[in-house]
Amino acid sequence: MKGGPQLWIGAGLTAVFVVAALVSFVWVPHDVTALAIAEKLKPASATYPLGTDHFGRDILSMLMVGARTSIAVALVAVGIGMGAGVPLGLLAAANRGSLIDELVMRGNDLIFAFPSLVIAILITAVFGPSALNAILAIGIFNVPVFARVTRGGALSLWTLDWILAARVAGKGRVRISLEHILPNILNLLIVQGTIQFSLGILAEAALSYVGLGAQPPTPSWGRMLADAQTMIYTNPSLAILPGLAIVGMVLGLNLMGDGLRDLLDPRVRRARG
Amino acid sequence: MLRFALSRALSLALSLVVASVVIFAVIEVIPGDPASYMLGMNATPEAVAALRDQLGLNAAPVARYLAWAGGMLTGDFGTSYTYKVPVAELVMQRLWVSLPLALYALALSTLIALPVGLIAAARRGSATDYGIMGATQLGIAVPNFWFAMLLVLVFAVNLRWFSAGGFPGWAGGAGPAVKALTLPALALALPQASILARVLRSALIETLGQDYIRTARAKGLTRRQATVRHALRNAMIPVLTIIGLQFSFLLAGAIIIENVFYLPGLGRLIFQAITQRDLIVVESLVMLLVFAVILVTFLVDLAYAGVDPRLRKRV
Repeated sequence: MKGGPQLWIGAGLTAVFVVAALVSFVWVPHDVTALAIAEKLKPASATYPLGTDHFGRDILSMLMVGARTSIAVALVAVGIGMGAGVPLGLLAAANRGSLIDELVMRGNDLIFAFPSLVIAILITAVFGPSALNAILAIGIFNVPVFARVTRGGALSLWTLDWILAARVAGKGRVRISLEHILPNILNLLIVQGTIQFSLGILAEAALSYVGLGAQPPTPSWGRMLADAQTMIYTNPSLAILPGLAIVGMVLGLNLMGDGLRDLLDPRVRRARG
Repeated sequence: MLRFALSRALSLALSLVVASVVIFAVIEVIPGDPASYMLGMNATPEAVAALRDQLGLNAAPVARYLAWAGGMLTGDFGTSYTYKVPVAELVMQRLWVSLPLALYALALSTLIALPVGLIAAARRGSATDYGIMGATQLGIAVPNFWFAMLLVLVFAVNLRWFSAGGFPGWAGGAGPAVKALTLPALALALPQASILARVLRSALIETLGQDYIRTARAKGLTRRQATVRHALRNAMIPVLTIIGLQFSFLLAGAIIIENVFYLPGLGRLIFQAITQRDLIVVESLVMLLVFAVILVTFLVDLAYAGVDPRLRKRV
């Protein structure tokens, strides 16, 4: 099979959560904002396939809407990282060794020096806990990652003969960057995007676990785990299901990323025989 | 080597200056006045103004930045608004939880990763290798705070081998303290061990394909001897880098894990300080963590250049 089994297992796992998140826009088994105390902490049944939490909310519905929160936060954060990082990386590579290049790279080093989680906590603490601020906090740390990958990929292309030919033909640096460099580093960006996506899911879960992500009543996997922690002695299953959801989604994305790298990078394919 | 070290030290100092300006600027934006927070809801405006004056909050931002940065250089981190004790003292107390926790986790992660990576590389392509690689994929995907909850569930709730949280302090001997840090350290170590094992495996596989390994085998060394004596040593370079980088991850990751286990470390302190608007503590803690990360990166760079002379040219 082209791309190997891990690509397809990964894509399948990811698809399960993406579909669940999409379906949750039009249909969920039960309303997740309505509290039904009489129905609290029910075990799994036909009505509540995965049981209910301490407010009587249906766990399956919570997980479905939680998938939406996680995916939205991580995806937009990747968008921010690519939106700012790719142009910066292209700019740095097109002006290799210049002041701009130096500024971009030192700026990258600086952001890398900050412990990302600490800064994310700081940002959400300064501007108030919300999904939007979680996105910003995660997104900022995606910028240097994409800038670095883009610059690295672009630099190796700039040395090639056909880029030289384009320059001889009179194309400017901006045009060459957009018409020739960018399309040829898309592979790298897609693979890195998948990895940052999965890291974003983990970061969102950690932030909402400490109460700095999406705020109630919006369900999120991290918050579900935080709520479950106080009931770990009496209702351990509440602490297990959201964790499995996070692991499933992250594992799916990681496998997909590895599979895509093997598929898109001929050197790896050859090395693996 | 000296020139290399000096130029790296210069860029280290520069990063610290820029980082401190950024942190100070971010903290400046925080809404809420620490003086009125400290005095409570019934404070008179005069009392708030007097306290603001006493805390030095009325000075111009540049003057306050210089006072803060200058103080840190001499070991004076200021006085906590809420605890009313020097921040340095507060940090030192908490460091006795967070630092041992991070080191413990680092040791566990290395102890787990080395044999696992070695076995996977030695039996490349076998069922064992696939099993190990699958397990490490899983290890990377597991959020450490959730793994911490699972550990509590198994070892504290069901088996009752460990307590679910809290810290007895070092005064009662190292035994109980180390025991209290074991589950948190394990939770922190698992994802890092998975990453480390994967790095070691691929580094080993690469070195095992080198000519000098074939030479070593040709002169009569067994596969095992060649792996341990020659390949492992050379594969350690990327592994050491990752270990260096992981230390800062562990220190920062401890912030979340300390919350799961109710450990009185730097992580808990930073959360309390944020909710209590104890800005001077937040500022100094973040700066300290950034300093730790930058310093470790610097040391890893130096160690790297010490091992491999080729890297010294790339300044």
